[in-house]
Amino acid sequence: MKYLLALAGNQNCGKTTLFNCLTGSNQHVGNFPGVTVEKKEGQIKRQKDVTIVDLPGIYSLSPYTSEEVVTRDFILKEHPNAIINIVDATNIERNLYLTLQLMELGLPMVIALNMMDEVRASGNSIDVDVLSQHLGVPIVPISASKNEGIPELIETVMKVLRSKENQMKLDFCTGAVHKAIHSIAHIIEENAKEAGFPLRYAATKMVEGDEPTRQALHLKESDLHIIEHVVADMEESLHTDREAAMADMRYQYIDQICKGCVFKHQETREQIRSEKIDRILTHKYFGIPIFLCIMLVIFVLTFNVLGTPLQELLESGINVVTGWLNDFLVKIHVSEWLRSLLIDGACAGVGSVLSFLPLIVLLFFFLSLLEDSGYIARVAFVMDKLLRKIGLSGRSFVPMLIGFGCSVPAIMATRTLSSDRDRKMTIILTPFMSCSAKLPIYGMITMAFFPKHAGLVMFSVYVLGIIVAIISGLILKSTLFKGNPVPFVMELPAYRIPAAKSVLLHMWEKAKDFIRKAFTVIFLASILIWFLQSFDWSLNLVSDSTNSILASIGSVIAPIFIPLGFSDWRASTALITGLTAKETVKSTLSVLTGAATDLQLSSVLQTIFTPLSAFSFLAFTILYMPCVAAFAATKRELGSMHAALLSSLYQTGMAYVVATIIFQVGRLLGLG
Amino acid sequence: MTLDELKPGQGGVIEFVGGEGALRRRLLDMGLTPNTAVTVRKVAPMGDPIELFLRSYVLTIRKEDAAKIRLKEGEGKR
Repeated sequence: MKYLLALAGNQNCGKTTLFNCLTGSNQHVGNFPGVTVEKKEGQIKRQKDVTIVDLPGIYSLSPYTSEEVVTRDFILKEHPNAIINIVDATNIERNLYLTLQLMELGLPMVIALNMMDEVRASGNSIDVDVLSQHLGVPIVPISASKNEGIPELIETVMKVLRSKENQMKLDFCTGAVHKAIHSIAHIIEENAKEAGFPLRYAATKMVEGDEPTRQALHLKESDLHIIEHVVADMEESLHTDREAAMADMRYQYIDQICKGCVFKHQETREQIRSEKIDRILTHKYFGIPIFLCIMLVIFVLTFNVLGTPLQELLESGINVVTGWLNDFLVKIHVSEWLRSLLIDGACAGVGSVLSFLPLIVLLFFFLSLLEDSGYIARVAFVMDKLLRKIGLSGRSFVPMLIGFGCSVPAIMATRTLSSDRDRKMTIILTPFMSCSAKLPIYGMITMAFFPKHAGLVMFSVYVLGIIVAIISGLILKSTLFKGNPVPFVMELPAYRIPAAKSVLLHMWEKAKDFIRKAFTVIFLASILIWFLQSFDWSLNLVSDSTNSILASIGSVIAPIFIPLGFSDWRASTALITGLTAKETVKSTLSVLTGAATDLQLSSVLQTIFTPLSAFSFLAFTILYMPCVAAFAATKRELGSMHAALLSSLYQTGMAYVVATIIFQVGRLLGLG
Repeated sequence: MTLDELKPGQGGVIEFVGGEGALRRRLLDMGLTPNTAVTVRKVAPMGDPIELFLRSYVLTIRKEDAAKIRLKEGEGKR
């Protein structure tokens, strides 16, 4: 028999780590139907029939964020056979708040009590048996990061799946709330059955005044009237409103059971350590400089110290393989055009992009370290006030930071923002955060023009993107997006050493994506470009690419870029092909200039650009509209083609203006 | 007095949580319910938001939202 499990829990409680422990590499990433909240799915190790879905990290089942709604809908509509609720033992009260709400959904459940090792190590303890009896839910203590307790967890889950009994206790309400829930349950019983809602869940949601539930139940006007009356009675006797009454009731119940089984004498070592670390990292004066230093160190390590040697190594490997292939093709006497297609088209294009794999992997390595260690939340804390000035919240900083890796997941990560307005603004601004696909372009330009100041030029390019984003934020805030910023209520998780497995899996995912892109989109683009630049309009093979189809297209648009300082048709052509994927800007230039090595490319570039116009070209590249993949994500997240086109138009316009200013001002200053 | 008036190191007990809609629900869900003890740990480098400690975890909220949380008079403050 096939089983479906749902993995639910708070953010920062080790959910992803547990998911990786349970599934290993048997996982794939997709989306929940209709929305773009990420959905990870996988088979449990050695239990091929059991599929587990990693639900988004949430704190409650309120109707206000898309993550919470997705979780509710998944459990109510997909009918998983059981829920694994992961609970952070060091922070048990707040974690159990979600547990109580999940229990109302009436499905068999197992609690994975994570980070028990930390609780024990600090001299605290939790009586798991007593807690389990109180809730009527089996509890398995685990440590996901140390891979402890996982077999026991799987065993318990299998036992629960096979048995039909459900010991779950739902009598955790008292007094006036109890009365209200039970009276309402009585009224809505039939409607809940028809809508396929667990009765207890539907009743509490009606007490809370949950709008989606009210609509789904299709209650009669008279019943609604009675329900409102019941709730008003409850509110009056408790001197509080419905939402506060429910939250208060849940937390009171949790306090009551924790008294008998959670023995906490002091904070855990990790919590004490975090407080100490934060004395420095979120320090009043040092907090921001430290953050900037960390980013600078990451960039220098990625682009200079570690990245460059690895990149050179990979490049020489690729050259050797290309050389072999070329010799082989010459030996078997294939026609000249086919050899050119494979060597000058496919190999040159794919090879030049593939050599940037080390940089991308390194960047994602550092980004996932920042994320998994808990530092990203501090960045949001430190930067919130600044981002609020441009009408966003500190939380928008996280998608923007991911934007330095790739705009596509960054745009998707905006889903964690609960305000529509913040989400849209972040989506428009994120592409200004220079993505890693643009690295090959920067590498190419700095190598040709600024070899001694590579790190500095790179840094200035990134800063330029950020400045343009700030200016754009100010413009958008006072024009299209007037209104209130999103509530900023965020947990600062204890610092933890990232699990190697999670970091490696994350890197592998990105590397796989990049390699796939290199052999699909970029492969096709390289061949297309090779075709366009090898043939003329009457489809004759041309010996000089200046007579080609591409040259004539490029020449038509080239004059547009005269104010920016570069009017060579090869530059404008590269910018067009860059829309397929930004790495193609470099591969196009390699192909168009007929440069076989980076060194040759450098010397050809020196004839196309001056250092000033090269910098203006760089500026245009980082700011203009993102690649098709990011455009598609933008369209999906903004919800309309019209909005996505406007956003791209804005970005390209901004790029044009900024690059023009750079070139013209630079020329006036005598730099060109 | 309200939560935003506390200085780093000072604590209090919540009497009432104001605000509305998504913000209020989120504050409640995160455990800022009446009778909960809260300590202000620090203020962010730029003066806002603030860092709170409650229910043995660390939460950050903005001052303007903290101003909607009323504390019981004469309890807790150190």
